[in-house]
Amino acid sequence: MSETMIEICNLSKSFGDLEVLKDISLGVTRGEVVCIIGPSGSGKSTLLRCVNRLETPSSGEIKYKGKTVSVKKSDIVQFRREVGMVFRRFNLFPLRTALENVMMAPVLTRKKNREEARTKALELLDKVGLASKADVRPAQLSGGQQQRVAIARALAMEPEALLFDEPTSALDPELVGDVLEVMRKLADEGMTMIVVTHEMGFAANVADHVIFMDGGFIVEQGPPKEIFTAPQQKRTKEFLSRFL
Amino acid sequence: MSIWDFLPHNLAFLSTLLPMLFRGLKWTVIISVIGISLALVIGSVTGYVLQSRFRTAKKIAQVYLWVIRGTPIMVQALYVYYVIPKMIGIDFSSNQAGVIVVALNSGAFVAEVVRGALMEVDCGQCEAGLSLGLTEWQTLFHCVVPLAFRAALPALFNQFIIAVKDTALLSVIVVQEVTKEAQNYAALSFKTIGTYTTLALFYLAVLSALMLLGKLIERRVRR
Repeated sequence: MSETMIEICNLSKSFGDLEVLKDISLGVTRGEVVCIIGPSGSGKSTLLRCVNRLETPSSGEIKYKGKTVSVKKSDIVQFRREVGMVFRRFNLFPLRTALENVMMAPVLTRKKNREEARTKALELLDKVGLASKADVRPAQLSGGQQQRVAIARALAMEPEALLFDEPTSALDPELVGDVLEVMRKLADEGMTMIVVTHEMGFAANVADHVIFMDGGFIVEQGPPKEIFTAPQQKRTKEFLSRFL
Repeated sequence: MSIWDFLPHNLAFLSTLLPMLFRGLKWTVIISVIGISLALVIGSVTGYVLQSRFRTAKKIAQVYLWVIRGTPIMVQALYVYYVIPKMIGIDFSSNQAGVIVVALNSGAFVAEVVRGALMEVDCGQCEAGLSLGLTEWQTLFHCVVPLAFRAALPALFNQFIIAVKDTALLSVIVVQEVTKEAQNYAALSFKTIGTYTTLALFYLAVLSALMLLGKLIERRVRR
């Protein structure tokens, strides 16, 4: 068995009195693609955001390569440099061109000098099929194109793993395919990924492990074949029946 | 009787008045530029603090805004010029006091503009920066501030125009700015209609230039 890259240990999160995540534990090994599915409000996104501390967990811890990511800012920043994130609403920097979006973080974090970063950024834009859009600002790109730029931007930091927070939920159905194609390519290349998604087809075909969440709990988890063809829990069956 | 009967038929007085107004303009400009620059610094820091989580700093900022917004600038000028020197034992020249008043007064209003602009920036921008491994400061300066600045620009320029006009009130602490010079001339010559008409047109010209500059900068930034 390969090494555990990201381990979520007994994670809980409350917003005031509302308990959104209840004692979640989960391990992701190197190269594994984990898809988290479940109804809206089940805590999927919050879980993902707790992993890289965009939300502060109420209790529990995150381990990265066996070591606990402490609450120290420098620790969190370092973790984020190694584990990238892609958002539902892309969150590209609107005043920067696609190229500048992609090369900004490597330059600012001194991972690369400008020239190197530029070359790498062009390579990445090419990889997501947008080399021709390098000098275009986000507002002139379609949602699907924006999301692919966002993926290239995350890849520019040469992350060890990527977190996807419903990357296709804000897209027109027609544009979903291009984004999923890029993600599938990444998965094939061995990228470690945690993907919160409503794309059951993607989860079924690409994931190594599927987690079904509801009400802040992990209700059921296992290989996609088991979850999609022979779910054990009543709640999972109910949820999946709407997609079949 | 028509409006023209109010205007002087002999414009020779301008040869005395205009040089005085330009001499006053020098101080109006110096005090405005230094005052506004300081206001920009004070306002940016205060505005940032106001929407941050630093409790104590936030309280201090709120008191500052409360005092400035709750008193007229003329009273502030009198206070800075006559009262504060007695409290701290350092005398200000009227020009120094003028700069302090413009800086503190505009600073408070700039703070409100900055706070609003920072709050308006989509929090997704911040999250995107952080998720890429930028530090909080890098995220603030490279992801949030450029957008906030664009949003704030019209309101900032508006405040700058107000600040320039407010320097006219500094005549109460004998700053020799444009209005004071005009008052001096009117007091000696008794040509009140001609003097104050000229003064009004003079301000209109200067501020029109500033408004134009604002439009140009805004257009440039919005490109």
